[in-house]
Amino acid sequence: MNAIEIKDFHKSYGTVDAVRGVSMEVKRGELFGLIGPDGAGKTTLLRAICTLLLPDRGSILVDGLNTTRDAARIRSILGYMPQRFSLYQDLSVEQNLRFFADLFQVPEKERLERLERLYHFSRLGPFKKRFAGALSGGMKQKLALSCALIHTPAILVLDEPTYGVDPVSRQEFWDILRLIRQEGTAILVSTAYMDEADQCERVALFFKGRIAGIGAPEALKNRYRYPLYRLEAEDVRRLRDFFRSLPEVQSTQLFGDALHASFTQPPDSRQWSEWQAASSGNLTSWSPQPPTIEDVFLALIAESEANDSEAQ
Amino acid sequence: MTMNDAKQMTRQISVKTADLTRRFGKFTAVDRVSIEVYQGEIFGFLGANGAGKTTMIRMLCGLLAPSEGSGSVAGYDIYRQSEAIKRRIGYMSQKFSLYDDLTISENIEFYGGVYGLSRALIRERKEALIRQVGLEAFADKLTRELPLGFKQRLALGCALLHDPPIVFLDEPTSGVDPEARRGFWDLIYQTVALGKTVFVTTHFMDEAEYCHRVSIMREGKLIALDTPAKLKQQYGRSNMQDVFVALVKE
Repeated sequence: MNAIEIKDFHKSYGTVDAVRGVSMEVKRGELFGLIGPDGAGKTTLLRAICTLLLPDRGSILVDGLNTTRDAARIRSILGYMPQRFSLYQDLSVEQNLRFFADLFQVPEKERLERLERLYHFSRLGPFKKRFAGALSGGMKQKLALSCALIHTPAILVLDEPTYGVDPVSRQEFWDILRLIRQEGTAILVSTAYMDEADQCERVALFFKGRIAGIGAPEALKNRYRYPLYRLEAEDVRRLRDFFRSLPEVQSTQLFGDALHASFTQPPDSRQWSEWQAASSGNLTSWSPQPPTIEDVFLALIAESEANDSEAQ
Repeated sequence: MTMNDAKQMTRQISVKTADLTRRFGKFTAVDRVSIEVYQGEIFGFLGANGAGKTTMIRMLCGLLAPSEGSGSVAGYDIYRQSEAIKRRIGYMSQKFSLYDDLTISENIEFYGGVYGLSRALIRERKEALIRQVGLEAFADKLTRELPLGFKQRLALGCALLHDPPIVFLDEPTSGVDPEARRGFWDLIYQTVALGKTVFVTTHFMDEAEYCHRVSIMREGKLIALDTPAKLKQQYGRSNMQDVFVALVKE
């Protein structure tokens, strides 16, 4: 049985279709990323998984239990860290953790051990007595995560836990998630940072309420079918204008002093020499560039939009 | 613009600091930072929370007096000419820039007023900006009704309304969809092609990849300054996130 199973999930708010037919599953013990920009529908899907919203259509099973019928049982096995976590700013770190332990009815005799464990991986131990309101952004997120983990849930759902957190704290946060996963917890985490896809075992690329692509990050990148090159030039803006006008070019993007260009076919050496001559020596070097998840995302969006307009 | 013009232009120094330092009591927020930023450059400012980025930016914007060291912005001294500096910089943040409950036209007029432009100039630049962003049909609509991509373009336009030579962008494209993000970076490249200098502060290492050069601060000190390509090469990492973590955790 999968940890989470979603079939043809739809949800609208008035005339806004937030999620438009999503099917996916999260396996047991998997670290799964929901990657997409703001407004893609990530939060709606996560809230529905946590039984906080009912589907308009389709179904969601959490550990085999249906979210529309078994909400109470699902809540006891699920940890949820919402986007805006309401930590009690005027309670200390330890008081916040104890409050959540009360809420989830964690037996008194188990508490000490769990708190120690959470302090150990979050490294919040030295800050037990500090008010939550006085913690840094990264530490607040770690405390929020610890609160969501107090009842050792089998499944953990996190809504943009690394939003606004600095890169070092972000890295630490992902390291913690991997530790939790090793203990067998399934983790579903959303993020708008494309580069965080590489931290997950599998990802769903979410755009306008739909999944544009799903799979392991490396597998998604391997499926990218436009050979991508990094080009350098004396005048990179002029080079861009030139490459934009070529029929073989699928896309161009300036990156500082360099240009990334993707092609419909891998260019051969004859083409490179022609282009070098045609740009009057402006093109100085070119090398294959591995695609990022963002490149993959853009190509998938373009394809799905082409399919949509064909369907109409 | 020819290649030689471009090279000539990039040599012009737009922002320069030497041993710039700021203390708060016993705490040194910025510790002897020396940078030179060229005209027409996109310069990235990276650092963990509390590394001193904000203090650095506030000094460069003329909002905070340094404790020691020297600096000039657009040719003006940061100690003695902070008012002149304020008139020559623009600022935009992705999270907050425009008032959602004002119309597009009102937002532009508001910024024009804040930057002290004459009514005639505001009218002229407002029309130009609305045309440039392609919002002719929406000038009297509330800003909240605009798609995010348009809002961003408009926000950058407002930050440039008084034609400043230097503009500061704070996480300009975090959370935006990749298509809109790349479109917005095209606009930033167009802005620097006009000879303006763009500072980008960000936590978002993808944004760092778009900068011409990036600086990384740790505990108030400047610990790295180079192009993203050279930094990746030097530290043997394939992306800026890994470079950053390696450097800051060292």
